[in-house]
Amino acid sequence: MRWSNPTTALFLVLALRVPAQQPQQAPPPSTPSPRFVVVLDAAHGGDDTGAHLSSGQLEKSANLALSVRLRSLLTARGFQVVTTRENDTFIDLNRRAELANHANAAVCITLHATESGSGIHLFASSLAPANPTRFMPWKTAQAAWETRSLGLAGAVNSSLAHAGLTVTLGRIPLPGIESMTCPALAVELGPQRDADRKVSAEPDTPDYQAQVASALAAAILEWRSDPNRTGARQP
Amino acid sequence: MIPRYQKVLFVILLIAALGMGFKLWQLRDRAHKRLLAGQTIAPTAAPVVAPAEQATLVVANDLDNSLVPQVHSLPLPADPGARARAVLGKLLDLYAAPESTHQIPGGAASVDQVFLLAAPGARERGDQLAVVNLTGTFAASHPAGLEAESLTVLSICATLRANFPTITEVRFLVDGVERPTLAGHADLTRTYLTSEAAPEEGTKP
Repeated sequence: MRWSNPTTALFLVLALRVPAQQPQQAPPPSTPSPRFVVVLDAAHGGDDTGAHLSSGQLEKSANLALSVRLRSLLTARGFQVVTTRENDTFIDLNRRAELANHANAAVCITLHATESGSGIHLFASSLAPANPTRFMPWKTAQAAWETRSLGLAGAVNSSLAHAGLTVTLGRIPLPGIESMTCPALAVELGPQRDADRKVSAEPDTPDYQAQVASALAAAILEWRSDPNRTGARQP
Repeated sequence: MIPRYQKVLFVILLIAALGMGFKLWQLRDRAHKRLLAGQTIAPTAAPVVAPAEQATLVVANDLDNSLVPQVHSLPLPADPGARARAVLGKLLDLYAAPESTHQIPGGAASVDQVFLLAAPGARERGDQLAVVNLTGTFAASHPAGLEAESLTVLSICATLRANFPTITEVRFLVDGVERPTLAGHADLTRTYLTSEAAPEEGTKP
């Protein structure tokens, strides 16, 4: 191979030299602190408003409010939290999955709200569990994490039920999380209903959101300490 | 210098290519007109003269996120496509009823057409792909939410499987074109396998 441009050759030489110098300048290795990253994905945003809630608020705002509330609770409990959005902006589904995957997350939770149904709807992807491979297809990467996503769903389900909330569990196609390489769930807040099926709290009611956020934080805390939960990153 | 015979050959091939392109365009246009004509003459409702038959409708319930099979008696036409449309129309009529546990306005008219095609890669087994064309009004008025939209899609797939065992795959169109989601959540770009939607008695998807 002949280098036609001397600058290119110079950059190549420098690039080759830099890694060789790094070990000499780096500080002595220390024990890395255990990272337990939680990714909170407030669905929708920007022009993608999501559902129109009965209260008049848009789903994207209710999702963001819950994400901010849950982030505060998790940060206070010592978790490292990565959010896919902090304001009213549109983020592509692929970009959301990229953020989650780059964060090396141990838990990924996508937050939704709706005016239909009752209580909290928990969804894991309906992909068939698969063994992990070195290179996984982008659209079905979640398959390798499916078993642990179902385990996480169980932990969240019991925590929400313990908090006195109505929960329904299901497995459906979820394009938003099927590219995520972490135990992932979609949590959809429906209206809270009493025995007569009348709405007692809308999905954007602050007290209701606080109750759900507290139960989710407790579930993630329990999930972190679960001895049956294997390594966070590798399935 | 290009030999004369090569120039002649090039011109002939060029004319042939243009001719075939024109013919292809004509065939495509003709097929499109035939499709539209078929849509116009398709019955908009199951004829009352048809004998009443039993059909299994897999009905969604928002309150517990379940799909429950129910047997209903309704007049069904002989043509499989029109038959599938009549069955789905009845399902959506149930959803439009005031006492429905999965409220969606629109009713039977929300199913514009159901096309039954040979499933790609499984022609020898007789498997079929159902293309369900919904109206834009139905999609616009559908309640938005992961649960509500998924239940609608899965109940349609499960109802087709319950009444037409040869239908193994379902795709959705809205006003004749592909649409990313039903009402912001359920993915309509994918092919749904009816085997994955069919519930056991009263189970959750």
